[in-house]
Amino acid sequence: MIDPMFEEALRVLTFQSGFNSAVVVAGTAALGLAGGTVGTFLLLRRRALVSDALSHATLPGIAVAFLVGAALGLPERSLPLLLAGAVVSGVVGLLTVQALSRFTRLTEDSAIGAVLSVFFGLGVVLLSVIQNLELGGQAGLKTFILGQTAAMAQGEAIAIGLLAAGAALAVALLFKELRVLAFDPGFAAVQGWPVGALDLVLMGLATLVTVIGLQTVGLILVVALLIIPPAAARFWTDRLPALTVAAAVIGALSGWLGATLSALLPKLPAGAVIVLVAGGFFLLSFLFAPARGLLAAALRQGRLRLTFAERRALTDLLDGQPVEGSVALWLRLRGFTRGNSVLTPAGQTAARAAARDRRLWERFLADYPALLPAHANWGVDPIDSVLPGDMVRLLEERSASS
Amino acid sequence: MQYLWRTPGSRIAPEEASPIGPPPLEIRGLTVAYHRRPVLWNIDYAAPPGGLIAVVGPNGAGKSTLIKACLGLVPRVSGTVEVFGRPIAKQRRLIGYVPQRESVDWDFPVSALDVVAMGRYGKIGWFRPVTRAHKEAALHALERVGMADFARRQIGQLSGGQQQRVFLARALAQEAQLYFMDEPFAGVDAATERAVLQVLRDLDAAGRTVICVHHDLQTVSDYFDHALLLNTRVVAQGPVSRVMTPDLLSRTYGGRPMPAPAAAEAS
Amino acid sequence: MMPDVQEFLQIDAPALLAAVLACAACALVGNFLVLRRQGMMGDAVSHAILPGIVGGFLVAGTRETLPMMLGALAAAALAGLLIEAVRRLGRLESGAAMGVVFTVMFAAGVVMIEQASAGGIDLDADCVLYGQLETILWLAPKGWESLGDPAVWAALPREVLTLAAVFALCVALVGLFYKELKITTFDPALASTLGIPAGLFHYGVVLLVAATAIAAFEAVGSILVIAMLIAPPAAARLLTDRLAAQILLSVALGVLAALAGYGAAAFGPMLLGASHSLNAAGMIAVASGLILAVAVLFGPRHGLLGRRRAVGRLRAAPGFVAPEAQKP
Repeated sequence: MIDPMFEEALRVLTFQSGFNSAVVVAGTAALGLAGGTVGTFLLLRRRALVSDALSHATLPGIAVAFLVGAALGLPERSLPLLLAGAVVSGVVGLLTVQALSRFTRLTEDSAIGAVLSVFFGLGVVLLSVIQNLELGGQAGLKTFILGQTAAMAQGEAIAIGLLAAGAALAVALLFKELRVLAFDPGFAAVQGWPVGALDLVLMGLATLVTVIGLQTVGLILVVALLIIPPAAARFWTDRLPALTVAAAVIGALSGWLGATLSALLPKLPAGAVIVLVAGGFFLLSFLFAPARGLLAAALRQGRLRLTFAERRALTDLLDGQPVEGSVALWLRLRGFTRGNSVLTPAGQTAARAAARDRRLWERFLADYPALLPAHANWGVDPIDSVLPGDMVRLLEERSASS
Repeated sequence: MQYLWRTPGSRIAPEEASPIGPPPLEIRGLTVAYHRRPVLWNIDYAAPPGGLIAVVGPNGAGKSTLIKACLGLVPRVSGTVEVFGRPIAKQRRLIGYVPQRESVDWDFPVSALDVVAMGRYGKIGWFRPVTRAHKEAALHALERVGMADFARRQIGQLSGGQQQRVFLARALAQEAQLYFMDEPFAGVDAATERAVLQVLRDLDAAGRTVICVHHDLQTVSDYFDHALLLNTRVVAQGPVSRVMTPDLLSRTYGGRPMPAPAAAEAS
Repeated sequence: MMPDVQEFLQIDAPALLAAVLACAACALVGNFLVLRRQGMMGDAVSHAILPGIVGGFLVAGTRETLPMMLGALAAAALAGLLIEAVRRLGRLESGAAMGVVFTVMFAAGVVMIEQASAGGIDLDADCVLYGQLETILWLAPKGWESLGDPAVWAALPREVLTLAAVFALCVALVGLFYKELKITTFDPALASTLGIPAGLFHYGVVLLVAATAIAAFEAVGSILVIAMLIAPPAAARLLTDRLAAQILLSVALGVLAALAGYGAAAFGPMLLGASHSLNAAGMIAVASGLILAVAVLFGPRHGLLGRRRAVGRLRAAPGFVAPEAQKP
């Protein structure tokens, strides 16, 4: 039961399960890759949800394009025409968001929400018009809302893959420019970079990813391809090149695994599965990534608090002040005190070390405050492990003489 | 004093403000860190009862963070903060706060009077509406800062200095014993500066304690009684005559030479 | 060819009532989303409730409203907590945090629907998106005179009664906590120092939005919910500088959008000679968009054209010297 299933999975994952499904899986992976790279800059530019307005705003364009196609007497639904309509109305929606947040007192979130819902509402009205006209081929229109890889023809999958690869390549070529745009647009403008044009390029790439993603994941969830991979990658690194690559990898993996799962198992719509796989990567990164993950951060913060509480309590005991509460219990567990808060020999040693650390850090802080930025962990870790030995000796001499 | 008008239910016990009681503010072993980098390190400080206290230090010294940590607005790594001898959560009625002007949305659809009335929400309590008496108290507070004519004005239509005075009036309406103010003199016109100073002196005369983040070294000695020199740790504290010395200041400002008085005035 | 009275009362009146109540409730709570710069929270919550609806449906095994609503409320609460957790603990901007949470939850809902439909259960993501305004029927009234009969009112459709209850709840809560909502929205730090829990009010607003969205989605769909949460308060924001006036105005504009949109959808095509009606929820969203556009362009002080007029008046005022005329 398991084995044939496993073999089938292996075949699809390694693109050996018929040319068509291989092309679809590869095209979806390319889409994820493009979403991750373009999304990285949207995230850093704090524009993540603008793409949500963009994707919802494509619906009226798709409906109008369908009506135009019907009026021109095109026999079947023509994908290029529909996608052209999607691009036009998506861009109109995008420009409306920018105009609303720039020229009125409305904030960007309100502008996005208003554009998204009103454009989508218009699309729904137009769909009901189409429904009433009883034209042929309209059943395919609804697949744009929730997406469907099964409907993807081979040529379409290849086109999606090529366009997505093109978008990723464009990001790679414009990397330096996009970096300065995302980090400090004001500085970029002063330096003579065409910030407006760069912004347009970025939003154009987002539009491209959105429109080619419409068929696969649908217009409600396509925004996930632009947001989730970079958001997940953010937990792993603080460096932009690594971030972009990680987002691309997570996006591609999500598209690849999601399309495979959807092809293997019944009743798993590809768009939703791709988003869920990406969500799984996000959850893993959020919890376990060593750089900014939740677990690592909580451990670091907890250790920091404990270290400070412990050192403060030890120096207090050394000064003859009583220590109460959970810290007292902790000191006893560590073997630093016994009985009625009496320092053990080990406790004496630790307390003296803590007092010395505090005294020397105080000295360092007083005498060399300009050197602080170079030592990220000053005042936290034992001074001998942060500062060079001759500096520590100098501080000891100074604190002894004063 | 008209602006210290008080509701019958006001819970300020007189002994809590008396000079023999616990200090208005006592900080012990306070450390605040962003990620692993300490912003404030082992702060120990007890504010003297009554009087105007300036918190002085270079940019990034943790002045605003100190105030926010005292108010419980940023998490502490270690240490305790007590107001009149009890944890701050139990003494909220005794505390007034004037944040930096940039901290709120000035486009918000409220009038100057509404904002000042917010200072009294803690006294009004749950479910009860803002009564006429509270509005009158708010108006008195606006009068104290010379802003009564602007009571009905939407806050976004006020100038920067006027906005600062509205914030100050709100603090007055709180009728607190201990005030925290984050740069009340920053970027204001001369008229507002005089108004703020007058309010500080009135508060001082009424026995309140005011702790101000202040960045203009030239005026510290004129405006304040005490100073807390801060650069991540407490460099010095005490009466201004004792701590506003070139030696202590240069230690606070990182050993670099102090800005010449002429240059500081120009900036 | 306008419909006769009985048809109007049985088909259009309940749909109109539902739309008006949904729009009024959404516009009311939407004010606090718009002012808190959390406009997208409505979008996030109304998508994130999908798995809760499906879950409630699967657990109860029927299309009863209560389990679905409870499931949806649980999902909304979960979404609110997750967004806040990702934003704070993950240090992501709130837009990205919402984008991650609501897309994943919506995707989970879509998968659950597909899996459930394997068991011959009909539940459709479409009805969550567009609602079923047209299927709300009120069979009791036979004509205008029958409206005097209390039994007729007692037979109002369940959707309308639910929406009326939620609208009443919104009015009551906003009325009771008006000043707390105001201060936690304007200056959360001051609220905290006064002992008013700003964080709790954040979740309170999210939950109220969720309850409104859940009550409304069945009748009007989540897209209209999003439009109504944002467009009327945003339009009112451009028309007044006073919070109380803004709230009242936004409710009025929401009701106006409901009436105009429903009218256009139900009767517009007939006036043009077509026999079918259009999607009413979508049309109401479009109407709210038009209202917002009018406010943007013609608002007295903050509208684009109004602003230009004000500048024009200033220039025409005696004693005004244009900057360019001052140059030597």
